[in-house]
Amino acid sequence: MKPEHFSIIIIGAGPSGLSAAVRAAQQNVSYLLLEAAAEPASTIRNYLRGKLVMSEPRALPLRSPLPFTASLRENVLETWERTIAEHHINVRYGAKVIDIIRSEQWLEIELADGTKLTADDVVLAIGVQGNLRKLDIPGGNLPQIQYQLDDPLAYQDETIVVIGGGDSGVENALALTGRNQLMILNRAEDFSNCKEGNLNQLTDARKRGALDWLLETKPQAIEINTSGEFPITVFAKTPKGVERIPCHRVIARLGALPSRPLLESFGVSFPTTDLAALPLLSTHYESNVPGLYIIGALAGYPLIKQGINQGYEVIEYILGNQVEPADTALLRDKFSSFCNDRSVDDVLEKIRKSVPLLKMLSALQLRELVLESNILLPEPGETIFNRNDYSTTFFFIVEGELDVLIDEDDIPDAALKAGEFFGEMALISGRRRSGTVRTKTRCVLIETPRRAMQKLIGSVQSMRRMLDEVAIKTAVHIGIGLSLSEKDLNDIASNASLKNYAAGEELFHEGDEADGLYLIQRGSVTVSHMIGGREVVLFYLAAGHYVGEMSLVSGEPRYATVRAAIETQAVLIEASRMRDIIAHNPKIRSELDARYLKHLQEQENRQQMEVVQESGGTLSQQLSPTSLISFLIQQGVGEATDVLLIDESLCIRCNHCEQACADTHGGATRLDRDTGPIFANIRVPTSCRHCEHPHCMKDCPPDAIHRAPHGEVYIDDSCIGCGNCQVNCPYDVIQMAVVHDQPERSLWQVMLGIQPKTAAKIDGPKVAVKCDMCKDIADGPLCVRACPVGAALRVNPEALLSYASDASGEAILMGSDEV
Amino acid sequence: MQRSNIFDYKHYFFFKIAVVVILLAFIAYLAFEPPLGHYGGSWLGYILGIISALLVFWMTWYGIRKRRYRGSGATQGWLSAHIYLGTALTVLVTLHSGFNFGINIHTLAYGLLLIVVISGFFGNYTYMIYPRQMTENMGEDNLDGLLLRIADADKLARQIALIMPDDINNTVSRACSETAIGNGLLEQLRGYQPNCPTANAVAQLTLMGKDLPSDQRKPYRELYSIMVRRLSLVKRVRQDLMYRARLGFWLYFHVPFTIALLVAMMTHIIAVFFYW
Ligand SMILES: Cc1cc2nc3c(=O)[nH]c(=O)nc-3n(C[C@H](O)[C@H](O)[C@H](O)COP(=O)(O)OP(=O)(O)OC[C@H]3O[C@@H](n4cnc5c(N)ncnc54)[C@H](O)[C@@H]3O)c2cc1C
Ligand code: HEM
Ligand code: SF4
Ligand code: SF4
Repeated sequence: MKPEHFSIIIIGAGPSGLSAAVRAAQQNVSYLLLEAAAEPASTIRNYLRGKLVMSEPRALPLRSPLPFTASLRENVLETWERTIAEHHINVRYGAKVIDIIRSEQWLEIELADGTKLTADDVVLAIGVQGNLRKLDIPGGNLPQIQYQLDDPLAYQDETIVVIGGGDSGVENALALTGRNQLMILNRAEDFSNCKEGNLNQLTDARKRGALDWLLETKPQAIEINTSGEFPITVFAKTPKGVERIPCHRVIARLGALPSRPLLESFGVSFPTTDLAALPLLSTHYESNVPGLYIIGALAGYPLIKQGINQGYEVIEYILGNQVEPADTALLRDKFSSFCNDRSVDDVLEKIRKSVPLLKMLSALQLRELVLESNILLPEPGETIFNRNDYSTTFFFIVEGELDVLIDEDDIPDAALKAGEFFGEMALISGRRRSGTVRTKTRCVLIETPRRAMQKLIGSVQSMRRMLDEVAIKTAVHIGIGLSLSEKDLNDIASNASLKNYAAGEELFHEGDEADGLYLIQRGSVTVSHMIGGREVVLFYLAAGHYVGEMSLVSGEPRYATVRAAIETQAVLIEASRMRDIIAHNPKIRSELDARYLKHLQEQENRQQMEVVQESGGTLSQQLSPTSLISFLIQQGVGEATDVLLIDESLCIRCNHCEQACADTHGGATRLDRDTGPIFANIRVPTSCRHCEHPHCMKDCPPDAIHRAPHGEVYIDDSCIGCGNCQVNCPYDVIQMAVVHDQPERSLWQVMLGIQPKTAAKIDGPKVAVKCDMCKDIADGPLCVRACPVGAALRVNPEALLSYASDASGEAILMGSDEV
Repeated sequence: MQRSNIFDYKHYFFFKIAVVVILLAFIAYLAFEPPLGHYGGSWLGYILGIISALLVFWMTWYGIRKRRYRGSGATQGWLSAHIYLGTALTVLVTLHSGFNFGINIHTLAYGLLLIVVISGFFGNYTYMIYPRQMTENMGEDNLDGLLLRIADADKLARQIALIMPDDINNTVSRACSETAIGNGLLEQLRGYQPNCPTANAVAQLTLMGKDLPSDQRKPYRELYSIMVRRLSLVKRVRQDLMYRARLGFWLYFHVPFTIALLVAMMTHIIAVFFYW
């Protein structure tokens, strides 16, 4: 039989695919919409019941016959279903595409049920939620088996088997405890893939008897019971043999299949091996496979409105109509103060020509980049950023010249000119700016947010290489070579290499031969030394420092072991090269010598202290700086820029810290004082650590999470409440909450203890909330200032860790008086 | 870990001020002997009186200030000042009185002040010792978590007890329903329940397990360990509630007597002017 043929086949009935289908219907072409699920828009359907679907970015106009405004999930779905009916959309549900082959004539599509179809053009809009992995065992499709948990409160007094020991499985199980009996089947031998918070709750729940689990266990079959209380029985293979588990329900959370292998099997190529890389597309969203178009989340556009607009555009492009993309209006707006006499495409071309780094981008990538960036037109003498600022944006110079000031004096240490870029150090290290940049002439700059840059670095190999080269050079320049000649500098930089280490991995080991000098670019390391058979942490060093100079100076083997505290990147300058330089440059030689002596001294002191601790019995053992450093590093302090600690030996449990936070932050406290690990009376409460490389930023569709110049990581009001950040934060400090304006209590209300009435609680949308370090409140964090006894303190970890490792004991902790 | 608490706040700044204030007051008291001897109505008495009255208002203001979160500065500093200046205040008031006590509204005000101050000292003492003990008792757990675990233990224990002989079942269900946890302030302050049903149950269970049929031995052992766990949880919760109560109960003196003090002091001032 000859396969059915259509001009256009659209795959995936999410917002993007639906929009394309509706436009195709309007244009009267022969088309077919294929959807794997039984209903349209499965991604939206999986949002929590009653979630407000938001229509970010607000400034972007919607151009599609598929209506969409911010509204409840239910309304959005209903409107779309109505649109599907009105336009008599030619859709096939339960049609999962498993293969696409490009033949001479057309594209051939194969569905999971074996059906074959052909089309001239295919629009792929299958999103990134991936296909949830299904249970591939006998009985795997019984109605008692589900792959999602929408509403945990809907189940009462049931025995439920959760299959899957990842975070989603564990979270589902935990949400069901209390009202149901839970059994988790975990294929692995422990739950080490889970977040710390989940792990703790899990062990707790098992201690309480609220749930149980089987490890190294795989389900083999599920059977229906004809009689008895339990409708089904799960047969599971455990290390001790097959176990029968009668139950009411099975929730299988087996993870999702990533979309990249699928796309690759269709012949779509990716620019890099980076898992975050996006497929290469033309300005018309066409992939390298002719006739195969990719739009929506799968193409790297994470918001509904963008996808809907592309659905419209892609149909027009396929039909050969040159429509202006909806976001051109936004670009025109951006260019209004700069080159407003030229067309948007001309300006983009000019930008591309003037910055070599941008020449590496495809037209679509450049467009995206500029859309997400700001165009700055600073006057001469303006400061772009200051040394020690925490900003993480990246700058391209389209026109003009700038000065870089690295050290204290006001004399420029380097110059930048049109076509170059800057800001790569903070982008890589996540730490403070290492220098000040000031304009010399009038300039035209493109300021690109960190996320946009990272997306590009992940996708464009050549860009990454070039950035790395420049970053190495800058690192060498700042780290050891302000006095080096340009030639020496280039020479070292071109011979240095970049090394990456996972948390806990060693850079080098005590007793090793010295292989070179390590400049830490990103992350942080601990330096430790064996004392009395025990590994003692001597120092903690953050990005921007170097290690390994001691052996270079002394020529002896490594005196200490250096280990990455968190994921770390370092620039290695070979020993021989380093010795050359030292021989030529008396200034560097004396600098290294001085540091060598200082380190020797510090080490001696620390060692003395450890020995004293050692003999001092258990109590002081616990308080030894080494164990405190290890504890704090475990708590993520190594990657933090500012942590809240509570001294439990002072805290009177009055809760004013939480109360003050809630009162000034829309009624929801951002810290949880009485959860979190304690060591030596210091608690690290559940509260944001303002990480150097905030994990929460990773997957935020509207890019709503930012870092303020003083380091505060905050969420702005474009948050769409998707909950990704909550999942991504390893410290569980983000909550989803409805934010109300809290009016300040009047004197009388305070005296009489009256809570002010908040305007009748309108159930607003739930958005992500977290600590913003009171960045908008004069005088700084209120949790610290509201504490009557000074138990709450915020610390800068570098200071804290060096405090913990500092023999002289000079207190560097910031109490409330110093914030 | 070394850091500043309410006493050494800003290197004992308020302590130093208090010492200076007290010294100045004493020097003035000793250096100037008013014609009619020391009493509140002398010029020195007036100065000390006015300063003291203002200080009393300022001390009271602390209770409001600490709840006005939007204000500037740190509450810790305010409390440090509250403590040291409150102590200095006591000295000022005593000197202000010129040691003329009697049975009158003036001495009543003085007495109330002493109650407020003494309760304040006691409160301070609790702040110094209990937080550390609370941490030792609770570790990383919190009260809600422990209560939940007790409830879970109850559920489990009751379930197992159902298949046990009646006497065991009764003991367990009595323990689960009659154990009191922090009913009433006195009990909370004391931190234990005399004749605690859970403790009794554990003691009785120890004896009851002897002649159980063999198929009940396993659930019995389980039940026993659950009850032992319950007991230790209950003890920890009571202990925690005790610390909380002790950290807070002195305020039942400190605050009401502050109000009484304000009333008495105002009366004292009006009375003084009335008899001028
Ligand atoms: C919890 C959450 C909340 C969010 N909230 C918002 C919000 O408020 N506002 C906003 O703008 N964005 C939000 N987003 C992002 C938004 O959901 C996505 O940007 C959007 O759904 C992407 O649309 P899409 O059409 O590209 O893909 P999807 O919506 O993912 O649609 C893909 C469709 O393809 C189907 N499919 C998959 N594989 C196949 C296959 N092999 N064969 C056939 N069909 C297949 C799927 O079943 C699905 O129906 C949120 C995301 C999440 C996870
Ligand atoms: C005239 C003298 C004093 C007055 C009028 C006064 C008044 C107050 C008031 C109104 C509060 C607020 C209570 C609350 O709302 O929580 C308070 C708290 C307190 N006072 Fe006093 N006080 C006085 C003297 C002292 C002295 C001398 C001390 C200590 C030596 C002291 C120690 C405290 C402490 C520890 C608190 C609790 C702080 C807190 O938890 O926030 N007070 N006092
Ligand atoms: S929310 Fe979590 S991931 Fe984000 S900065 Fe704070 S601690 Fe780090
Ligand atoms: S405000 Fe201070 S004393 Fe009160 S609960 Fe918080 S940390 Fe403890």
